[in-house]
Amino acid sequence: MEVLKLATAGSVDDGKSTLIGRILYDTKSLTTDKLEAIEKTSKQKGYDYLDFSLATDGLVAEREQGITIDVAHIYFSTAKKSYIIADTPGHVEYTRNMVTGASTSQAAIILIDARKGVIEQTNRHFFINNLLRIKEVVVAINKMDLVDYSEETYNSIKTDFEELMSKRDYQDQNITFIPVSALKGDNVVNKSENMSWYSGTTLLNHLENLDKGDIFNAGTPRFPVQYVVRPKTEEFHDFRGFAGKVYGGELNVGDEVIALPSQTKSKIKEIYFYNKKYQTAARRSSVTITLEDEINVSRGDMLVKANDLPKIEKQFTATISWMDAQNLSAGNKYVLQHGVNKVLAKVDKIHHKINPDYSGIEEGVSSLGMNDIAQVTFKLNKPVFYDAFKEHRTNGSFILIDSQSNNTVGAGFIN
Amino acid sequence: MSSSTAHINALENESIYIFREVAAQFEKPVLLFSGGKDSITLVRLAQKAFWPAKIPFPLMHIDTGHNFPETIEFRDKLVEELGLELIVRNVQDSIDQGKVKEETGRYSSRNHLQTTTLLDAIEEFKFDACIGGARRDEEKARAKERIFSVRDDFGQWDEKNQRPELFDMLNGEIELGQNVRVFPISNWTELDVWSYIEKEQIEIPSIYFAHKRKVFLRDGLIWSHSEYVYQEEDEEVIERMVRFRTVGDMSCTAAVFSEASDISSVVQEIRDSTISERGARIDDKRSEAAMEKRKQQGYF
Repeated sequence: MEVLKLATAGSVDDGKSTLIGRILYDTKSLTTDKLEAIEKTSKQKGYDYLDFSLATDGLVAEREQGITIDVAHIYFSTAKKSYIIADTPGHVEYTRNMVTGASTSQAAIILIDARKGVIEQTNRHFFINNLLRIKEVVVAINKMDLVDYSEETYNSIKTDFEELMSKRDYQDQNITFIPVSALKGDNVVNKSENMSWYSGTTLLNHLENLDKGDIFNAGTPRFPVQYVVRPKTEEFHDFRGFAGKVYGGELNVGDEVIALPSQTKSKIKEIYFYNKKYQTAARRSSVTITLEDEINVSRGDMLVKANDLPKIEKQFTATISWMDAQNLSAGNKYVLQHGVNKVLAKVDKIHHKINPDYSGIEEGVSSLGMNDIAQVTFKLNKPVFYDAFKEHRTNGSFILIDSQSNNTVGAGFIN
Repeated sequence: MSSSTAHINALENESIYIFREVAAQFEKPVLLFSGGKDSITLVRLAQKAFWPAKIPFPLMHIDTGHNFPETIEFRDKLVEELGLELIVRNVQDSIDQGKVKEETGRYSSRNHLQTTTLLDAIEEFKFDACIGGARRDEEKARAKERIFSVRDDFGQWDEKNQRPELFDMLNGEIELGQNVRVFPISNWTELDVWSYIEKEQIEIPSIYFAHKRKVFLRDGLIWSHSEYVYQEEDEEVIERMVRFRTVGDMSCTAAVFSEASDISSVVQEIRDSTISERGARIDDKRSEAAMEKRKQQGYF
């Protein structure tokens, strides 16, 4: 069985939480006590239906305002797959949460209110999922019950959305349209009896059959060293193991590797997972590697195959998503965390802002505010070993940390 | 529902990665150990993350004094076998120092009082990272918790101002006096934990398996008959086959009727269950926002 990480995006009132609640309800993932709590609260509020959004809206403030204000993670499984949903809020001011949710997801659901159609928010949701190169996107046209399950409405929304698709940067993204009513349960888990004109599959069925084509596995092997294991016990007196997670491709015993930044060559001697030795370290496995030669490797360094070097530069340009209330301006300095490697970065130049609603770019900007997306060149105090984001999801991304507040203030995708 | 090997392996790799980030990014981490299945799972994952070196941080148990004796025995045995350092701090001491007041009455529990003892211990040892076994599937406020969750000088959680966590990158930068709560099994479900215990043949305290116990019924829950649990005279003591699905202290953990006496029948029981794990946590039933309130105050 596989795990599918899924992000959801929709504007306030598009019914995102209701949709997730409906999936949980119809897949019988809600336990009796949770269901009772929902029934009780729905009744207290005087609703004549079950308010499934109560299953996911966890914080008191959210329940008071009836909106989702932070990323919540929801878990359920079918016989075929385990699902982790990152439920991300949709209003303008919470773009950062959407980027965050999408960063760990393999697929995304964009919700559209059938009564409103494609709105500015929809553009943003699509833009972000495309920027993060989410391979599979489902456009769920919701509240079909409120437009008399009209095929015409569905088609007109689909046409509007297709116009957006022509503007996207990442053209290989797969997009699937499904008309649903989360409240009534049409085409979510069970096939709707109200839309005979729709010949496609239900939302859950579509997800069940997705070949997720693991976007995390794209690229070539990169092994950022997290931690050096030195037991200093009698039995393992000279043991120096490099602990880390393998990204991109796999590594094998005997592979000729180069340690960065020192550019020293060696060979992989052993690969350990816990107390067992293996011939191969699979992608995304957390292993400990020993080398044939005693070379100096510490946290933040990277092992790569000798014939397959990443770019090693003290400067790069990236698309960044700014997430802090304090502006980013040219000349500002930040801690840049690239994987497990931290360097100091100075904003060299803001080239232009990219309007995430596909309305073009804005040139001549001197600073970025919360939720802005822009092309920025950074100068670094030490080289980083990176690949372009479109070629290597993990080795092409970074976060920015404000050294005053210690907060994560931005995310970047290297050109 | 099922938890296949591929799925469990992916979760295990993620958790090991998190443990290594903790060891690398912090000066004084500690693993908060309750003796429950989640913290026992954490210990196994930490062993795997650092092998052949020892786990490079101590365990700490905040002892309410109302634990199941089986849990304490188990804790001491585990620590000895693995050669780990164990720190114990007692809620009783916080009561004696007048910092907290023992609750009285029908629903009295020391669960809530643990927060003060924990925060004092963090300050005493200057811990900068406290590793806990909370999972996002347990409870809806926990569903919003980050893997690295920053607490201020007062140990409080500012749920509206959490750091975004992108890709695999964990930002552990903090100021002196702050600490980070780390949740390496955030993405595991209850069934995942049980499946892992089965797969790895991890030993767990005997109270997780069906056994005969003196209990009484109240509010549809099965309470342990014990000197630590308040009981009305008309609440009749009965002896039944029960087991515990979650283990806090005796006053806040309810049992379930069960005949599951080995790990595979426990896994099967969880698979078939229609009640959530925390459905048997008396402390969560206090109000809709019970967990969120406790977390803001520094509870794990």
